[in-house]
Amino acid sequence: MDVLKIATAGSVDDGKSTLIGRILYDTKSLTSDKLEAIETRSKANGFDYLDFSLATDGLVAEREQGITIDVAHIYFSTKTKSYIIADTPGHIEYTRNMVTGASTSQASIILVDARKGVIEQTYRHFFINNLLRVKDVIVAINKMDLVDFSQSTYEAIKSDFEKLIAKSDYKEQNITFIPVSALQGDNVVDASKNTPWYKGKTLLEHLEELDAQDVYEKAEVRFPVQTVIRPKKDEFHDFRGYAGKLYGGDLSVGDEVTVLPSLTTSKVKEIFFFDKKFDTAGRGSSCTITLEDDVNVSRGDMIVKSSEKPRVEKQLTATICWMDNKDLNPGANYFIQSGSNRILAKVKNISGTVATDFSGEDTAKNSLSLNEIGKVEIQLSKPLAIDSYSKNKVSGSFILIDSQTNNTSGVGFIQ
Amino acid sequence: MEVIEQIKEQVVNAKVLKVNPLESEAIYIFREVVAQFEKPVLLFSGGKDSITLVRLAQKAFYPGKIPFPLLHIDTGHNFPETIEFRDRLVKELGVELIVRNVQDSIDQGKVTEEKGKYASRNSLQTTTLLDALEEFKFDAAIGGARRDEEKARAKERIFSVRDDFGQWDEKNQRPELFDHLNGKIDLGQNVRVFPISNWTELDVWSYIQKEEIEIPSIYFAHKRKTFIRDGMIWSAEDEVVHREDDELVEERLVRFRTVGDMSCTAAVLSDAITIDKVVAEIRESTISERGARIDDKRSEAAMEKRKQQGYF
Repeated sequence: MDVLKIATAGSVDDGKSTLIGRILYDTKSLTSDKLEAIETRSKANGFDYLDFSLATDGLVAEREQGITIDVAHIYFSTKTKSYIIADTPGHIEYTRNMVTGASTSQASIILVDARKGVIEQTYRHFFINNLLRVKDVIVAINKMDLVDFSQSTYEAIKSDFEKLIAKSDYKEQNITFIPVSALQGDNVVDASKNTPWYKGKTLLEHLEELDAQDVYEKAEVRFPVQTVIRPKKDEFHDFRGYAGKLYGGDLSVGDEVTVLPSLTTSKVKEIFFFDKKFDTAGRGSSCTITLEDDVNVSRGDMIVKSSEKPRVEKQLTATICWMDNKDLNPGANYFIQSGSNRILAKVKNISGTVATDFSGEDTAKNSLSLNEIGKVEIQLSKPLAIDSYSKNKVSGSFILIDSQTNNTSGVGFIQ
Repeated sequence: MEVIEQIKEQVVNAKVLKVNPLESEAIYIFREVVAQFEKPVLLFSGGKDSITLVRLAQKAFYPGKIPFPLLHIDTGHNFPETIEFRDRLVKELGVELIVRNVQDSIDQGKVTEEKGKYASRNSLQTTTLLDALEEFKFDAAIGGARRDEEKARAKERIFSVRDDFGQWDEKNQRPELFDHLNGKIDLGQNVRVFPISNWTELDVWSYIQKEEIEIPSIYFAHKRKTFIRDGMIWSAEDEVVHREDDELVEERLVRFRTVGDMSCTAAVLSDAITIDKVVAEIRESTISERGARIDDKRSEAAMEKRKQQGYF
């Protein structure tokens, strides 16, 4: 079955966890034992309603404080699709966890509190979805029950949000507005009688129509080699297979390919998936290929179609979202990891921080602190095959690893 | 014109590898583990999730062999059907199996057997596991945990870094972005890896069905001597389950949905004797899988607490 990955975003108390709990409840995805636990706990906490956030806030500290600290992955399915929802935190200090959730999602739900309208956190969340090139964004204007399901309130927030969209440079993004009450279930799974003025789909109806098959972009073939398979068996004595995951388009037997960064060329001889051979591997598949010629290929190399070569550079410019408590400063050394490639890199220049309200750059600042986003120039110790992020999400992105702490300190989107 | 149409048709009929996103993700993770770590190991309990992991590992490295051993932390309270199955599978695959026994940890005085009618060896496993990881210097332990199992599990990363003591620091996890998995660790640390994090119970069963993977007979309906406690069906066929005299033993048609330690795994009433029937039953079920794990009912944060202490 198709799997659709969705991330949620919203400020604290905008009701993200409640919305997810509501979806689970209304699609009858909560098993009776879990529902019983929620009922018991809600009563014990003195609520006169079911506190659905208990279904997703899995850590003791989260339940103590009533906030979401880290991403929870929630699963449910309908007749047409399987869904994975990354329930991400809204607190500004957990922005990195929000980016974590959104990086693997095809769609995103941004919640706005109808009483508060578009606030700074909304800018930030939209900006990150924009930066990550999340294709489908749903703006759920929540807590409509607390503004008497007022159409004018809804329209005013929508209009504010549209001003934000106008500033975005990612014009292919699909953005949909839906008035909801997560607590009461209006327009979440079932259409609401309280919003007769709203003619659109409910949240779930909308999700059901999104294209889940396009998990991997229709992009150029990128095949980072993870490992070389050389079985020590008689029947496969001379077998030399390159195992990896195919990002971008399809790869077929006979295709002319180039190995990067060495630029040696060959043709695809066989495509294996387990004990079966295929003529073509579809995008997203973890397969093993063999080449016609005995070329030197190892982990970290990238195999591409000869007609669709990426750039091979020793220097790159990227937008970086910083995720470490320790600041990023010019001159610092980090490991840069993109897929199966991990090489040493030096930060040459930080040209400033980017404001998440699309108001531009602050060029006075030449370092990045936790949760800040900025433009950075990086010098690589070896040539790396790269694309711009807008062309390919995998070969166009990377993480920076602190060589002392081994922490994943930041994520970069190549220009 | 007709010729062109025919050629087009041939192209359409060519063998195209279609993607199962969950399977593809798991295989990718397996290959990253082998490339990034010195000495990985697969934690194997003989249950459906670890059996699924074994199949995925086979696929990841075919036509090569699975390039790491299996490690079974044996509580000594396993269902005999599971052990028989384990030994047969290992023989067929030609992989190395390491077994470490909780009984040894008890005999060495490192852990103390629980007492009373709820006594279980489940949490004692942690010590035996950590000792085994240290003994063999394993730096990555691959496990079949799924995020849908339990709400603390839903919070855990695919590469979950643990300290010298095997502890999980749930508030300070590494961000995990795209497919860029960071397995860099210090000496002494290790990583728990969960390739099927994103699978649900139904995904696992559907996969076993589609791939025709053999599983222990205990997963299918069979007659068993049982008794009821706290609304759950306990097996009365083995002395490791502490039964009170007033708890009435009856023969019931049951199967197990999850196969853990016998002392903390409850059975469910079922007449599903084929994999098709099992899948249909799971699809209709209104009770979660962990609903039959007695050790999870101990407190709301039972799993989180165990993981902080190094449980897998």
